[in-house]
Amino acid sequence: MSLESGRAPERPPAAAARDDRQYLRFSRLNRVLHVVMIVSFMSLALTGMTLKFSYTSWASILSRILGGFETAGYIHRMAAVSMVAIFVLHINDLFRRRKKEFGTWKAMLTGPDTMLPTKKDLRDFAASMKWFVGKGPRPRYGRWTYWEKFDYFAVFWGICVIGSTGMILWFPEFFTLLLPGWVINVATIIHSDEALLAVGFIFTVHFFNTHLRPEKFPMDIVVFTGRMPVDEFREDKPAEYDILAASGKLEEHLVEPYPPIVIRSIRAFGWGALGLGFAIVVWIIYAMVFAYR
Amino acid sequence: MTRRWTIWPRFLLPALALGAAAASGQENADCLACHADRSLTTTRGGKTVSLCVDAKKFAASVHGAVPCVGCHADLQGKDLPHGVPLAPVDCAACHEREGKEHAASLHGQAIARGDRLAPRCVDCHGNHEIAPVHGAASAVAPQRVPWVCGKCHQEGSPVQRQRVIHEDHILENYSESIHGEALLKKGLTVAATCVSCHTAHTILPHTDPRSSINRKNIARTCTTCHSQIEAVHRKVIRGELWEKEANVLPACVDCHQPHKARKVYYDQGMADADCMKCHGNPNLRASHGGRSLFVNADELAHSTHAHSACSQCHSGVNASRVRPCETITAKVECSACHAETGRQYLASTHGTLFAKHDPNAPGCTDCHGTHGVQRRKDPGSPIFPTNIPDLCARCHREGNKAAVRYTGSEHDIIERYQESIHGKGLLRSGLTVTATCTDCHTAHSILPMADSASSVNPRNVPATCGRCHLGIEEMFNASVHVTRIGKTDKRLPVCNDCHTAHTIRRADTEGFRLTIMGQCGKCHEEIAKTYFETYHGKVSQLGYTKTAKCYDCHGAHDIRAIGDPKSHLSRENVVATCQKCHPGATRRFAGYLTHATHHDPQKYPFLFFTFWGMTGLLVGTFVVGGVHTLLWLPRALQMRRARKHPAAGVEEEES
Repeated sequence: MSLESGRAPERPPAAAARDDRQYLRFSRLNRVLHVVMIVSFMSLALTGMTLKFSYTSWASILSRILGGFETAGYIHRMAAVSMVAIFVLHINDLFRRRKKEFGTWKAMLTGPDTMLPTKKDLRDFAASMKWFVGKGPRPRYGRWTYWEKFDYFAVFWGICVIGSTGMILWFPEFFTLLLPGWVINVATIIHSDEALLAVGFIFTVHFFNTHLRPEKFPMDIVVFTGRMPVDEFREDKPAEYDILAASGKLEEHLVEPYPPIVIRSIRAFGWGALGLGFAIVVWIIYAMVFAYR
Repeated sequence: MTRRWTIWPRFLLPALALGAAAASGQENADCLACHADRSLTTTRGGKTVSLCVDAKKFAASVHGAVPCVGCHADLQGKDLPHGVPLAPVDCAACHEREGKEHAASLHGQAIARGDRLAPRCVDCHGNHEIAPVHGAASAVAPQRVPWVCGKCHQEGSPVQRQRVIHEDHILENYSESIHGEALLKKGLTVAATCVSCHTAHTILPHTDPRSSINRKNIARTCTTCHSQIEAVHRKVIRGELWEKEANVLPACVDCHQPHKARKVYYDQGMADADCMKCHGNPNLRASHGGRSLFVNADELAHSTHAHSACSQCHSGVNASRVRPCETITAKVECSACHAETGRQYLASTHGTLFAKHDPNAPGCTDCHGTHGVQRRKDPGSPIFPTNIPDLCARCHREGNKAAVRYTGSEHDIIERYQESIHGKGLLRSGLTVTATCTDCHTAHSILPMADSASSVNPRNVPATCGRCHLGIEEMFNASVHVTRIGKTDKRLPVCNDCHTAHTIRRADTEGFRLTIMGQCGKCHEEIAKTYFETYHGKVSQLGYTKTAKCYDCHGAHDIRAIGDPKSHLSRENVVATCQKCHPGATRRFAGYLTHATHHDPQKYPFLFFTFWGMTGLLVGTFVVGGVHTLLWLPRALQMRRARKHPAAGVEEEES
């Protein structure tokens, strides 16, 4: 999933090695938030799925590894708190940037880099369909493509739905002061199925759209480094490139790449996240198709 | 025509007053003038009583020479016909000693208390027709005594029912006893009757030290007839000690129960010393088979039968033979004394096999031993609680003779028992009150589970376990799992269905707590399935015991219908039940559906529609996302190729 990204340039590029410089797509805050979110999301998925698929032998084993259902419960709740904290920090970031970079909400939300769906997204979607079936060229996507925007708002929706039902399940005694007891049952179903949707979607559609589609294979690490080669940038987001090139501000967004050791570490982390994600998908498919009762 | 005394006063009394001088002689003939009339009756206590006196019989009685007024002293000098009622005849006026004895006796004291059931002289001896006491015609002749006493002391009589009499079936028992048989069947008039032991007039309760049947006096009473009894009771009674310390030594009645004394085991003239002359030799062997016939006197002396004579068990000896035992034909029959136990044994599986001469069947001695037989409470005894598992294992351990012929489902019972809570309690903690084999299966009435009389038959299991776990049994008996309350065609569970028979574990162990849910689910299939769809069930399924299990909410043994106010889940109790784990629980909280399923639109519409709404959302999202991705794939592959081989690129641009 993608998060609203600032353009806050890090250090202006130095004179050396001009050709190596890369386009900075994600701010440091957004990169950190994404990493934290990966950890938190994986923890939530693992601990939650052990309960959802408690009827599989895998779940019992995993629950033991996680330190028992009580420890798993603490992990789940702490990860949920982190997730909400990420959400709050992000919203806070939006407010800050509105003030610093745009001045008004209107300027921020109607500009070319907006996260809100626009008419262009609709056109891009139609053009993409044509492109998919060989009836047209690849659309000239802007800074945020329509599927990235979809992913982005899916998180908003998910945090609200899973978060609110999660609170009911965390504090049932408090919520039943007002609500009837069966609401806990309803909350359980919503919480669990919405989580299944989130996990399933992230580990298949998001993984494919971002990492596994052949031109990015095996993974796109831009969300960790924040940087992407200028060539790739021009090819991937031509509309954004055009605007930047035309305004002559591209130079402001170019930064030095990370040294190979950092890249290797990032890839290792990426592999870990991808591997875990796929393992969870395989487990879900096994649990739903072969072990379902 | 019947004249009644009740009507006499109306017209007769004035006549008596007028003609007082008419009766002056007071000869017996004068009395008989009226009393010879067979129709002369009176009413006493609602009963019609004849007032006729048979002149012939009276003349033949011991009192034939005595004038009427000799006994009816209050008529002395009175005019006839006389007034009524007459004073009771005082026999003691002549029979002074007997009168005193009777007055001091149980019967006399009862009369003094006004007990209307207490017997007077006439009740035993009769009145006008008393025959000489030693004559055959006497009402108290020996062969009549049992019936005289039995009039009051037989089963069903008012005395036996309304007064405290410690013995029962007195007349019946006596008539079957050796004394009764001799007297009544064989006509032996010297045989002891009631009065021989109880005396005729000095009848006192056995608690009274003056009583002939008091423990201290009983030997003297018996020796009135059995004067040489000491000679044949050498081993038991040891002569002079018997008389000196009668309270220490056994009294006759300890062995020969009162009223039941019978000639059964007590072969006369045999003493253990006679037997030990031969059997004290360690090399003594049977001529057939050569088995040892040695009896270890020391072992015997420390056994529970130390005070039983050899001949009491080895019955059939004849003291007049050189080898008294050569007349023994039967093996030792323990049930001769242990009759009830023997009856139980014969009805048991062990006993039926024994009766069929099955070589595998255990007899008494296989478990209890022979001459060294010990009490159950003796730690050296093979039937001491801690030794019982090993005792039974001799046949019932896997591979041994009883286990190989067993076809049921219980296996490795000894090993499993030893690992069970009972086995550990008994063998590791040394708790001798812990259940052993015999506590559940009984010692002598062992029957297969399928037998409805078996202590381990499902019908009887709660009562068997309840012998120790009484509180549990009481709870269980008020639960839905007893047939009286739970109306169902299905077989209802008993203790061992949840706790197993031989592998019983502590109920607070994790393993037990987890398996018990499966036990409930065997019958409560649907409800167990839906339980596993909720949080409690899911955590339990992961293998943790901290979330609520069936019994946490429903109770373990006191499971009642939800509608029962005493149920843990009744309207009154449900909130408190939730609060055991959820201290802040309220009535609304208790509305949580612990057995919810989203597959039932009628019962749980909210859950059903939520589930299908969510499923629709999932499927929709995955279909759109999936199709989008799949359509994308060929173009993405194309782009990859183009990047690797720029010449072939579709959208190749200058870099």
